[in-house]
Order: sequence, then C-alpha cells, then structure tokens
Amino acid sequence: MKNDGCTPRACPSSEAPVAGATAERGAPLLQLGRRPPDRRAILGASVAAVAAAATGSGCGNHRFDAHYKELTDEDKRRIFERIEAETRARTGVDVKISAPQPMDGVEFAYALDLSLCNGNRRCAEACARENNLPDVPKFRYIQVLEMDRGTLDFENANAYYEHDEVPVPGKVYLPVQCQHCANPPCVKVCPVTATWREPDGLVVVDYNWCIGCRYCIAACPYFGRRFNFHEPTVRPRDINPDQGYISNRLRPVGVVEKCTFCLQRTRVGRYPACLEACPTGARKFGNLGDPNGEVRIMLERKRVYVLKEELGTLPRFYYFYG
Amino acid sequence: MSVFSGLGTAAKEIVRGGRIYYAWVALLLVFISLGLVAYVGQLRNGLGMTNMRNQVAWGFYISNFTFLVGVAAAAVLLVIPAYVYNFKPIKEIAFLGELMAVTAIVMCILFVAVDVGGPANLWHLIPFIGRPNFPVSLLTWDIVVLNGYLGINGFIFFYVLYKVSRGQKYSRILPLILLSIPWAVGIHTVTAFLYNGLVARPFWNAAILAPRFLASAFCSGPALMILVLQLVRRQFRIDIDGRALTKIAELVAYALAFNLFLLGAEAFKEFYGQSEHIAPMKYLYLGLHGHHALVPFMWTALTLNVTALMLFLVPRFRNNVKLLNVGCVFILCGVYIEKGLGLVVPGFTPDALGEIYEYVPSVTELAVSLGIWSSGALCFTLLAKFSIPVFIKAKQFTLLGEPSE
Ligand code: SF4
Ligand code: SF4
Repeated sequence: MKNDGCTPRACPSSEAPVAGATAERGAPLLQLGRRPPDRRAILGASVAAVAAAATGSGCGNHRFDAHYKELTDEDKRRIFERIEAETRARTGVDVKISAPQPMDGVEFAYALDLSLCNGNRRCAEACARENNLPDVPKFRYIQVLEMDRGTLDFENANAYYEHDEVPVPGKVYLPVQCQHCANPPCVKVCPVTATWREPDGLVVVDYNWCIGCRYCIAACPYFGRRFNFHEPTVRPRDINPDQGYISNRLRPVGVVEKCTFCLQRTRVGRYPACLEACPTGARKFGNLGDPNGEVRIMLERKRVYVLKEELGTLPRFYYFYG
Repeated sequence: MSVFSGLGTAAKEIVRGGRIYYAWVALLLVFISLGLVAYVGQLRNGLGMTNMRNQVAWGFYISNFTFLVGVAAAAVLLVIPAYVYNFKPIKEIAFLGELMAVTAIVMCILFVAVDVGGPANLWHLIPFIGRPNFPVSLLTWDIVVLNGYLGINGFIFFYVLYKVSRGQKYSRILPLILLSIPWAVGIHTVTAFLYNGLVARPFWNAAILAPRFLASAFCSGPALMILVLQLVRRQFRIDIDGRALTKIAELVAYALAFNLFLLGAEAFKEFYGQSEHIAPMKYLYLGLHGHHALVPFMWTALTLNVTALMLFLVPRFRNNVKLLNVGCVFILCGVYIEKGLGLVVPGFTPDALGEIYEYVPSVTELAVSLGIWSSGALCFTLLAKFSIPVFIKAKQFTLLGEPSE
C-alpha cells in the first residue's frame, strides 16, 4: 500500500533546531554576508537595494531571500528563525515556521458532495483562522456561491448572502476554492516562477518571490487567488502559530496568496481545516495514489464532475451528488 | 572635437526657449511631482490605494500600458514608406517616429512598474540573478520584446543623430531600421497574446484579439504622430511636407476601417450567438445586471471612431488640416477608451465566478498616470529640442523662416 497522506506521521523538517542559533537578525545585507558570497546573491542584493532605495520600500528584509526552491536547509533555518523573530517583535506571538515536504506517491485531491452542502460557510471561516486570513479588509479563500435551484449559473450566483438560517428553500450552494489544477494556467503565466505545482499536487506561492503582478489572478478560471491590496492585519489572538513557509504564514502586502489544501496540516497527516469544520460531512480529502483513499473511493462510486472542464485545467477538486 | 561641440551646442538648446516652452516644461514638472506624491502614497499603503480588487485585478495602469504599446508599434508606419518606398517627405521626419516609439516604450515600462505590488522584487525578472519564467510566461516575452524595441529605436535615433551632426550618411543602419518593422508588429502581437492566452477570460481568449490590437494601434499611433508633427512644425518653424501628413492620414483611414470591421465581426459573433460569453460585451455596450459604468464611454468611443472614419475616408475632408486634426483627436480618444479600459476591464467583468465589481480608476491611479504621461511628454520634448536643431543645422529640413525667439 502506498503512502496515505491522511495517516498521521511526523514531519522531519518541522523539527528544525532552534537552539544555538547565532544572532543574525540584523540588517539583510549582513545576513547575506553569512552565505558564501555567490554572484547571484550579491547581484540580487545590490539590484534590490537600488530598487528599494528608488522606491522607498525597504520594508522587511525578505526582499533579499532566494527562491524557495533554491534554499538550502541552512537557509531555511536562518530565514524561518528570522521570520519567527520578526513576528514575535511585531505581534507578540510565538510562531513556528516549518516547511513539510511532499511525500512519495502522494497526490492530494478533494471531493465535495453538493447534495450535502447547505451553505453554512463554516469551512470558509475555519480556513480563515487556520490560514491567518485578515478580517480587515476581509477576504476568504472559499467562496460559497448561492444559486437558484435548477441552475449552475455563476452569473446569477451570489457569494455574499446573509441569512439567519441556511439552506434557504429554493437555493443550492456551491463552494469554490483553488481547484489545484493538474494543468494550472496560473503557474504558466507567472513571470518569475513564484508559483508552481508541488509533486503532491499542491499549487503554492513563494510569498518572498512574488512580484505582485497579478497575472496569475487574471489566468485563474476559478477565482482561486487573492492579492494583498492592503497590509493584511490579523488580530494577535487569532494568529495560528503553526505556520508553513509556503502556506499559512503571515503574508506581506503586495503579494498573491491562495488555498494550499492546508499544506502545513495535510503533509503531516491531518485533514484540511475546511473539511474538519464542515458539519454536514460534504467534504472528502485524500490521496489519489492510495486505492483506498477517500477521494479515490468517491471517484469510483459516484458520478463526479469538475468545474469548467472544457478549459483543460484538470482540477483536482471534484464535485458530486451523493 | 567638432562633433562633440556640435552635440554640446545641441544640448544647450534644451535650456534655451521661449516663454511657452518654459511654461510647458514647468507644467509637466508639476504633474510629474503630483504623480510622484501619489505613487509614494501607493507604495506606503499598498495597491489598495487604487480601485483594483481581486475581481478586477488590472485596471487603469495596464490599460494605459496597452494603449501605449500600440503607439510605440505605430512608429513603423512612418518607417515603412520612408525607407521601403523611399518616400522623401516622410523620410525627413521618420526620426520623430522613432523618438515617439522610444518615449512610448519608456511610458509602458513605467506603467507596468507602478502596477506591481512589490517593485523592490522586480530584480527577480533579471536573467541569471532572478528566475524569469522564459519562454513559458508571455509577460517575460513582453519584457524582452519591449526592451529590444527600446534598444533598437533608441540606437537608431542616436546613431542617425550622430551621423547627421557630422554630415555623414547613415545608410549602414538600414538593416536595423528594417528590423524594427517586424519587431514593431512583434511587440504588439506579444502584448495581445498576453491577454489572448488566458483561457479563463473569454473576452480576451478570442483569435480576433491580436489583429484588432494591430488595427487599432495603426489608428492611434499615427493620429498622435500627425498632431505632434504639426506642433513640431509650428514650434521649430521647419517645413514638414503636407504630403507626409496626408499620406499618414490615408494609412490611418485603412487601419480604422479595418478596426471597425473587426469590431463588427466580434459583435456579430457575440450578439447573434447569445452564449454566456456575451456577458463582457453586454457589460461594455448595454450594461449587465444594472451595472453600466463603461457604457457611455464605449458608445462615445464608437461614435468618435465612426465620425473619424468619415473624416478620413473623404479626401476633401482629409486634406483640410482642421478637419484632419479633429479626426485625429477623435481617433485618439476613441482608441484610448476602446483599447484601454474597454479592453482590460471587461476581461474581469464579470469575474471568473460571475461576480460584477464595477471598476473606475481611483484618484491615486489618475494622478500617477498623469505623472507618467507627463514624464513621457517631457522626455519627448527634451529629446526633440535636443535633436531637431542638429537636423536643421545639417540642412535636413527647410526652414519656414527665422524662429521668433
Ligand atoms: S484553481 Fe486557479 S489558482 Fe488554483 S491551480 Fe487552478 S488556476 Fe491555479
Ligand atoms: S502575482 Fe506573483 S505569483 Fe502571481 S504571476 Fe505575478 S509574480 Fe507570479
């Protein structure tokens, strides 16, 4: 039997040593100096320094970090510690940054039973808490579309309904979040490879590398991405301290972010927060590589469909009527 | 050396000028400062200072960018008759076309730069030190072709200027000039593909987009050229052959007719078919579910374009300078609306999940854009002021009389 992403297992890289770290929370250039002085880093730093000076936005030393895929374990340790310290200084909260790695033979997928969904939106709120989404200005990764029974017409859908009680008679509900496409148009268009599909199917963003051009938002057919138009503010008591570097850590203003199927949870064998919060049991999550995985079973037993199949994006998010 | 002293004298030209010249430069500087102040505010507070949101992720900045790529590409309209057909009246002024291309590209780059959320991260685009997603992302292609175009036209401009100032021939550069013709088509096509390749946006994902881009570019660019040439003629009192202007106007007329034809083809497909992809078109021309922010603008644009076509088609109107100028202004406004907000916003309205967010530019966006347009105008003014006397001295132009200054 292959790995099932939903069996609890420890993640080695989340146990990165913290003690004994040398003081390196100073200026960014000093930190750079700790690395072997390779041409790329120095050139990058000087260009960025000029850019920062020219634009006056020298805020945050993340401007000089390398791309996630080029970080060594040592780089990661250093950067994670720095972010932890910064967060502590800024919010008073002790957070733990980690970067759990994909597991062999795992491809995550989601399935959602539309006959059970009643539009209560607990998933969207649980997601917001798990993934440190801001309340001011408020946005959510999950849009629950309310539509008239008898249609699946987005144009007449409403994602901003407010009712005392759901479901409203005559209405149906369709939750939409990033579909983690196997052929993701958002990844293709990114000019700096700041977003990509991981081997286990999770489409992620390197918040330090994104330039904020929003081309990926234009390219996504499912409204799966959000841009931080404002400085995102999460109340300190709401901050989830268990943070993934390419998933739910606190994001800076000016970058794009998105649902990661709760990478920080699912890669260590837990369910996504939206699934755990759903009171109707409409949400199923699992490993496509596992013949007994929840989603595999749904794919085999139910008649499933994907949104906008004609676009060829190959979503890994399946809908069905149970 | 005499060359450099010659160029030095030319440089002095920049600071010489009449009251109108100084007032113009001062006005531009004021606008540029306004833009800078607005931009600093945007840097401090984030792109939330604009009215762009997740539903409409691109707005006024990218609209201006798209329009200006068209203006830059249209410089070739001067180059083709000048060098390919050796049409003398246009050859004399072709360098002004190159100058306009350079200015337009500089503005394009500025418009993209102010649109990104992390300008300090832009170094990620640089090969070897960053990680440009070439050749997969069309945006990297656009950066390559736009910078290439800037390089080619900048080089041609300064090379010709240098040669002319020494009284030498500059025919050796002809291959580069010829290269700039397909390159201009290239920058425009790549920019069209930037939108065209997005399956998520039916309004852009139609094969007609690239041809329409070219057609509308060949209207707006030359129209701007006709106006600028007359200003140059007036300011520097040089003789620009009237035949050059009417020739350009003739080309504009063809392009405009073709552009309107393509629009008609598009409208037919959408309105006859009545598929769900009609929504953006409806939003533009009729309004959608009670939202019609762009409707008056689109009808204005259409009216302006059709009127201009009338003015340009009839030779009697076209040869009348006043009517010609009116037509040019109409085309500029018409295409600016149609190829700017009229192209970018409907791609996002309704958005991928059918939501309608009505976008209108914020004060910050207007101020920053005004600043960028003013920097472009300043760039053009200074370079023209610097270069035209060199050409006059080299007897490339016939003077209309002594300058009044
Ligand atoms: S749903 Fe959108 S953001 Fe998610 S992978 Fe697909 S295209 Fe990308
Ligand atoms: S906004 Fe960021 S992730 Fe999206 S395309 Fe631009 S650089 Fe890439």
